[in-house]
Amino acid sequence: MTLSPANEALAGEIIGWFPRPRSALIPLLHLAQAQDGYLTDEAMRRVGELVGATPAEVKGTAGFYEMFRFEPVGTYLVNVCTNISCLLWGGEELLEHACESLDVEVGGTTDDGMFTVEEAECIAACTEAPCLQVNYRYRGRVTPADFDGLVEDLRAGRTGIAGHGVLAQVRQSIPAERLAGVVPPEQAREAPVWLARNEAGASG
Amino acid sequence: MTATESETTVEITVDGVAVEARPGEMLIAACERSGTYIPRFCYHPRMSPVGMCRMCLVEVDTGRGFGLQPSCMVPVSEGMKVSTDSDASKKAQDGVLEFLLINHPLDCPVCDKGGECPLQDQTMAYGPGETRFVEEKRHFPKPIAISETVFLDRERCILCDRCTRFADEVAGDALIHFMGRGNHTEVNTFTDEPFASYFSGNTVQICPVGALTAAPYRFKARPWDLTETLSTAWVDSLGSRVAVQASRNRVLRVLGADADAVNWGWLSDKERFGFEALNSPERLSAPMLRDAVDGDNREFRQAGWGEALEAVADALGATSPERVAVLGGARMTNEAQYMWAKLAKGVVGTDNVDSQLGDGLDPDLVLGLPRATIDDACRPGGTVLLVGPDPKEELPTLYLRLRHAIVNDGVKLIEVTPHATGLSHLAAHSLRPSPGTTARLVAALVDAATAPGTSGDGSEIEAAARSLREAGDGVVVVLGRMSLAEPADIGDAAAGELSRLPSARFLPALRRGNLMGALEAGLAPGLVPGRMQLEDAGDGALLAGSWPRLPDSLGLDATSVLRAAARGDIDVLVLLGADPLNDFVDRDLAYRGLRGAACVLAVDLFVNDSASLAARVVLAAAGPTECDGTFTNVEGRVSVMSRKVTPPGTARADWMIAADLCERLEPGSTSNLDSPQAIRAELAQISQAHAPITEDALTQNPMEGVLLASPSGATGKAGGWRRSGRPTMGRSPVGRTEPATGPAGREDEHEDPPPEGFLLVATRTMYDDGVMLRHCPSSRGLAPAATARINPADTDRIDIDVGTAVRVVSDFGHIEATLTTDAGVPPGSLRVDWMAPGAPANALIAAATDVTVVSVEAR
Repeated sequence: MTLSPANEALAGEIIGWFPRPRSALIPLLHLAQAQDGYLTDEAMRRVGELVGATPAEVKGTAGFYEMFRFEPVGTYLVNVCTNISCLLWGGEELLEHACESLDVEVGGTTDDGMFTVEEAECIAACTEAPCLQVNYRYRGRVTPADFDGLVEDLRAGRTGIAGHGVLAQVRQSIPAERLAGVVPPEQAREAPVWLARNEAGASG
Repeated sequence: MTATESETTVEITVDGVAVEARPGEMLIAACERSGTYIPRFCYHPRMSPVGMCRMCLVEVDTGRGFGLQPSCMVPVSEGMKVSTDSDASKKAQDGVLEFLLINHPLDCPVCDKGGECPLQDQTMAYGPGETRFVEEKRHFPKPIAISETVFLDRERCILCDRCTRFADEVAGDALIHFMGRGNHTEVNTFTDEPFASYFSGNTVQICPVGALTAAPYRFKARPWDLTETLSTAWVDSLGSRVAVQASRNRVLRVLGADADAVNWGWLSDKERFGFEALNSPERLSAPMLRDAVDGDNREFRQAGWGEALEAVADALGATSPERVAVLGGARMTNEAQYMWAKLAKGVVGTDNVDSQLGDGLDPDLVLGLPRATIDDACRPGGTVLLVGPDPKEELPTLYLRLRHAIVNDGVKLIEVTPHATGLSHLAAHSLRPSPGTTARLVAALVDAATAPGTSGDGSEIEAAARSLREAGDGVVVVLGRMSLAEPADIGDAAAGELSRLPSARFLPALRRGNLMGALEAGLAPGLVPGRMQLEDAGDGALLAGSWPRLPDSLGLDATSVLRAAARGDIDVLVLLGADPLNDFVDRDLAYRGLRGAACVLAVDLFVNDSASLAARVVLAAAGPTECDGTFTNVEGRVSVMSRKVTPPGTARADWMIAADLCERLEPGSTSNLDSPQAIRAELAQISQAHAPITEDALTQNPMEGVLLASPSGATGKAGGWRRSGRPTMGRSPVGRTEPATGPAGREDEHEDPPPEGFLLVATRTMYDDGVMLRHCPSSRGLAPAATARINPADTDRIDIDVGTAVRVVSDFGHIEATLTTDAGVPPGSLRVDWMAPGAPANALIAAATDVTVVSVEAR
C-alpha cells in the first residue's frame, strides 16, 4: 500500500531535513519498509513522487541495498549463518532445525507470516558461532533448543524485537534550534544556529 | 559537451608524438582527434563520462610514472604522456574484454548487432582469442519488451550505462535504471512501467552490444547487406539529419546522424520509426481515379499516368484561375514545392495557395522576423522565450537541445503556454494565458520588459519581464501556434508584440515537415518564391525568367479557401498531401469545403480521409526516401534529402508531377527542368533568398547544409516584417466585421468561462491518429486515448467523477473522452489532444472563433 497519513506527514518532515528532496530517498524507503515490512510498488511510486525521482530510479537505488526487500517477508526475518566458523559449530544443523521446526524451506515464510528463514553468509560474529540474526539483531551460540525458545519468545512478543523493517521504536526528538539546516546551503542567509553558538562558546 | 573556444591549447604526448589538445578535454577525445582510437563502450561524446566499462584503460604519466587510467575520465593536462599500445595497456584491454565476455552470450550469428557490434569488433582487435571461463553464464528470460518498440536482452548487456544515462541525462525520462547489485545488476524498468519515452529508439542506436533492439528492425537484415545515405528527417519541421539504411530496395532502418548544429545524433521515435509508413502495403502505387464521390461509382480504380494527368490538366485548364485552390505541400522537397508554386501561380495563375491549414503562423511573420538558429537558442547563458506549442510533443529534437541547454548551460526558459509543457519543470517562469488572452498577456510581458522603470509588483509577469530585461540582446523567441482552439491572428498579434523586444530573434515552431521550405517557395497566399510579395513581383525576375504569368489578384488562405469552396466558389481544389478533415481547425468547414468543391484532386502517399471523402483523382507520390531534393528547416537550414529506394509501383516524385502538368498546360514552361538540380538552379536564379543554395555549398558541408540568411539579418533590426494587404487572413466576412487591431482592441466576450463551461485548449501530441502514424505498425498503438483534462480544482464545478467517460460539447459539435485531472491545465480550461483516435478535436471548433466554450456531460 502507499504511505499512511501519519507516514505522509513524517515523510514531509524527513524531506525537510535535507537540502534537496532527493537526499531523503533512502530514509523514506526505510519509512515505507517499516510500514509494510517490505517495499511495495505503490510505496516506491509515492516515495518517487515525494522526492522527485522516477519509480525506476527509486527501485534501482533501493535494489543496491540488500536489506530493502521487494517481496513480503515474515514479521521476523531469521538469518542463520552457515559460513565457516558457524559451519564448524553446527550452523548447518541449526538452519536445518529452524526449517524443520518452522516447516519452511530455506528462504520461505511460515504460513502465518511470522517467520522467514534465510541462510546468511558470514555475519561477522564468529566468536559467537553458531549465530543468527532476527531482524538483524544478533543471537550467539544458538543451540536447537535455544532456537525453539527464541521462537516461543518471539511469538509471545517477549523479545522487544520489532517487526521487519522497523528501524527505530523511539523517535528522535531534536529541538528546532538545534536542527542542522532545513535550507539549501546556497540559500542560507546566515550561519546555522549551532555554528553561531559554537563560535560564541569559543570566544567566551 | 561544448568545446570551449579557447586560444590556449595543452600539449600532450600520445605514443611518443606531440599532440595539441583543448583544455578540459577528455583524454579519449584528444587522442581520437589526433588519430589514435582508444577502444570504448561506455564513453559517448554527447553524454557525461562515467568510466563504467574500463575498456579505455591506457597508461598515463602525469609526472609520477605511468599508471593505468580510464582515458574517458581523465582530462588532459600539460605535459601528460600517454601510451595507448604499451604492453600494460594491451593487457588491461585484453583483460577487460575477457571480463565482459564472461557473461556475454556467444550468439553473434543470430544477434542483430552482429557485424556492426563494438564488442565483436573490439574483441577481434584487442581481445583474447579464447575464454578461460568454463562456468555457467548469467541467464535471464530474453528478450523482454521494455516498451512497445524496444526489446531488452539482459544476457547480452555489458552494463555500460549508455541507455540509462541517455534516458536520464538527455531525454529526462529516467524510466530505465540499473536494478540489483554486484553480479545481479541488470538494466530494467519499474514493475509494469514501460520505457515509454519519445526518445527510446536512441538507446537502441547507442547500445554497444545487441542488448537493445527495436521492433521495426529486429531480424530484418544483416548490417553488411545495408547501404545507407545521408538524408533529412521529414516528420517535423526541425530537419534532423538521418542516415537512411536500406537493403533490397526497402528502407529498413533510420539512424540519427550527428549534425552539431541540429540534432546531435538524437532522433525522436517518430523520426526514427516513421519510415515504416513508407513501406506500408497500403501506399499508393499508381494514380487512382473515380467518376463520382458518391453512389455506385464511388470506388477508386487504378489508372495510368497519362489518363490521370490528362484529367488533372483538363480540370485545371478549364477553370478560371480564381476558382482553383491548392492546399498543403509541407511534405514535399523544396524543389517540388517550387514546381507546385510555379504550376499554381505561374502557370494556372491562382494565388489561392496555402501550405498551412489554419493551424500555423502568418507567413509574413515567418519570413519577415529575424531568425535564430537552434544554436542561438541554446547559447550558454542565453534566454529563451517559448510562446508556442510544447516542443516535446511537436519538435522533439529541439526539446532535447533546449533541455540540454537549460540543464547544463544555464539557459533560462520563460514559457507562455496554455498548459504545462515537457519543459515546464525546468522553466524559470511559466505564464499560462487562458484561451483568448495570449496576445494581451504577451503585450503586458513585453511592456513590462521594455518599460524604463519596473512596476515591482512582484507578479509572475514582472518576474519574467525582469529575466527578459536581464537577457539584454540575447532573447530567442520560439514562436508557434499554441492552442488550435485560438484563431491564427491571436498568435500573430502575440508575435507582433514580441517583435518590440530589442534584438529578439525568432525560431518559428512550424507544424509539419518542410513548411519553412514551402513558405520560402511561395506556397502561401500573396507570396512568390524568395520571400517576395506578389504585389512586388510584377516586374521582377519571375516573368523575365520562366514564369508565364502571375496571379492577377491576391488569393485566399486555407480558411477562406474552404469557406469559398463550401459556398461553391472553388471548382478545383488540389490537396498536396493535405488532410483538411483531420488537420484543419474546423472539421465541419473542412467537410463542407471538400464536398462543396466541384473537383478535388489529391497528390499523396495514401488515400487520406479527405481524399477518401471527396477526391476524384489521387496521384501517387514518391515518399521522402524515394526522391532527391532539399529540405529547409525552421532555422532556414537547407539540407539534402536523398533517394535511397525507388517508389512503389509507378508513384512519381512531386516535382515530376508538377512539371508534367506545367508542360501540359503551358508547353515549354519547364522544358529545361528535368532534375532537382535544374530546379534548384532556376530557383537560385530568380530568388535572392535561395541564391546561396548551390551544389558546391550543399556538398561542402553535407552534414549541416546551407543556412539561408535571416530575413532582416542585414540590419539586425526587429520589426522587419509587415502585413501584406491580404484582406481575409482567417477572418470570417460574416463573423466579426472588425478585424482585431491588436491586444489593446481585443476585448474578448468570453473572459471567464460560464459557470458550467470550460475554455477549450487543443494541442498536438507526438502520436496521434494522423495518416502516416496510422500506417506505422510500431507506433500505431501509441496515440493516447482521448482525454478531457481539467485542473484538479475544477472538479468541484462539475458533478462528474474523474475517470469516467464524458462527452465534451461545444456549440459546434462534440467528442467523447475520458475525464481526467491535470495540474498543468490552468483552472477554467479544458485540454484535449488534437487528433486522438476517434475524437477529432476540430469537431469542437469553428474557424476564427476567439475562444471555444465547451461543457462536459456524463455519458
